[in-house]
Amino acid sequence: MSKRIRVIIAKPGLDGHDRGAKVIARALRDSGMEVIYTGLRQTPEQIVEAALQEDADVIGLSILSGAHNAVVPRVIQLLKHHSMDNVLLVVGGIIPDSDVKSLRDLGVTEVFQPGTSIQNIIESIHAGVSKQSR
Amino acid sequence: MRKNLVVEHPISERPKSGSTDHFTTLSGVPIKGLYTPQDLEDFRTERDLGKPGEFPYTRGVYATMYRGKFWTMRQFSGFATPEETNRRCRYLLSQGQTGLSVAFDLPTLMGYDADSPDSLGEVGKCGVSVSSLEDMEILFQNIPLEEVTVSMTINSPAAVLWAMYLVVAEKQGADWEKISGTIQNDILKEYIAQKEFIFPPKPSLNLVVDTLEFSARNTPRFHPISISGYHIREAGSTAVQELAFTLRDGIEYVEATVERGLAIDDFAPQLSFFFNSHSDFFEEIAKFRAARRVWAHVMRDRFGAKNPRSMMCRFHTQTAGCSLTAQQPYNNVVRTSIQALAAILGGTQSLHTNSLDEALALPTEEAVTLALRTQQILAYETGVTNTVDPLGGSYFIERLTTETEQACYEYFRKIDEIGGMLAAIERGFPQREIAEASYRYQQALENKEKIMVGVNAFVSGHEPLPILEIDQSAAEGQCKKLHSLRARRDYDRLKKALDRLETAARKKENLMPSILECVRAYGTVGEICDRLRVVYGTYREAAVL
Repeated sequence: MSKRIRVIIAKPGLDGHDRGAKVIARALRDSGMEVIYTGLRQTPEQIVEAALQEDADVIGLSILSGAHNAVVPRVIQLLKHHSMDNVLLVVGGIIPDSDVKSLRDLGVTEVFQPGTSIQNIIESIHAGVSKQSR
Repeated sequence: MRKNLVVEHPISERPKSGSTDHFTTLSGVPIKGLYTPQDLEDFRTERDLGKPGEFPYTRGVYATMYRGKFWTMRQFSGFATPEETNRRCRYLLSQGQTGLSVAFDLPTLMGYDADSPDSLGEVGKCGVSVSSLEDMEILFQNIPLEEVTVSMTINSPAAVLWAMYLVVAEKQGADWEKISGTIQNDILKEYIAQKEFIFPPKPSLNLVVDTLEFSARNTPRFHPISISGYHIREAGSTAVQELAFTLRDGIEYVEATVERGLAIDDFAPQLSFFFNSHSDFFEEIAKFRAARRVWAHVMRDRFGAKNPRSMMCRFHTQTAGCSLTAQQPYNNVVRTSIQALAAILGGTQSLHTNSLDEALALPTEEAVTLALRTQQILAYETGVTNTVDPLGGSYFIERLTTETEQACYEYFRKIDEIGGMLAAIERGFPQREIAEASYRYQQALENKEKIMVGVNAFVSGHEPLPILEIDQSAAEGQCKKLHSLRARRDYDRLKKALDRLETAARKKENLMPSILECVRAYGTVGEICDRLRVVYGTYREAAVL
């Protein structure tokens, strides 16, 4: 049996709307993953540090405020800096269609927009992690 | 096209809801197939219903309700710079909107200036950026504050933004005794649900009491607080939790203000409330009616209020943002119309109808105009305003109202047992109840016990909507303006005012006079909040999953 997938769920930026982050954290945990929820207002530095400390396979960012274009590039820069190329980065929240492509080009594996089913998210993470570890 | 792994239903097939004989409201309350007089055996018309405008106000806070005056049509607006938001507000007034409601951006809500490193990427995104009195002056340029009522959604730094508002009114020549409006200023629900807090709960509560006390003495027609269930519901609560936690927050504010030494009837008439109107039509109407009855009893029986105006639960309503879907966004117009109708049949005093594009972004001018037109059609075309509380006396509605009321008292008992709402928040009680309800609802969507059209059933593609995009230029402009202001102001005067504020905070004096002085010296939101951070510290919650 393969080791359990370790996920950091984080809320960067000033926004406090954490319904989505909490539901996802709990659903991923219930599906058998090990989930660490960082809580609110984490800087990119804190998030990447947490991923490093926890030996995470996946970082999930929940962003609803429109700050994704400021936050995500910084997280990716830090991941590169720490040579954490094997860590999967996924983003969920209110991300306009027009920004999805640029986030993917930067290195985000999946962008989950409003209305995505949890089953879809779980399957995407499994697929992404097994691809990464191959 | 976006991937959606949900299996599409054939149009003719009704999605199954769990088992075929199980009918519940959106919040999971069981509903019978038929209601009869037997469901109202304990119901006493005189006692439980009364007349509109009379205790216990089940049928409405005013005798004639919308025959006398429609609700205030108040669209929540704010984006980018004060200049742009001022234009949007004046546009809405020109289109027949009857009140204003201002949305601030996240840096403002969190007590940071536009040029703070903490504000990076967030300036003007979720609302208007206001850092100083100068921004507030621009925001209300050519809007007469003695005539227009303004609601401002601001919580942790509410005292600061309200002080700016009062000074702008004063500069316009408006009389503080005459101006009317609302600041949200409900910090307890921030710890419970929306999480835009700066300071720990206790000093935050004291700051709220400062504004209630100041308002009772200086702005008698202003609502210095709007005790809010909206955000609790958006965080995933049930209708009953929304009602119970909101009114129990209300009790907490009243207790703290009485403890300060104010007589109940000297401030209670200025309290106001804010509820969500979700998609389960009758559940929402029952909730609004129960809110009035519970609050009337709380004020009379728990606090001994004598003035009828202290017992009236006056509230604003917003349709449910969390019910909107990014998929097939035109469906949102239909959802919003029905939710707005529930708010009207529930007797709301003012209303915001969401725009169809709000699952994606802040609304465009076209989208917000359609949302305003929705209210105008309900008011002027449908006839639902012709009589007061048209559903009063329905076996179903009265029974559901009573059940909602009783479930609300059950939560009061639990929270009283814990030692009040502050203690309950510190223990994570309401947070846990909401997280639980929100997770249950998500599971119900996943297994299609609950259906969201276009999301987990009847899925189809749709053309993308044009959406409002806020670029970096708003942030750059705001920072530039702020730098120029900082260079111009009388720094000595400001420093003295900030020092006085810090001293007043340490001595636990009412902070409104010293905040007003800082604002007049063009102290910024960030500078004022920083002084309070020094005294009170900042708050980090223990996350409850």
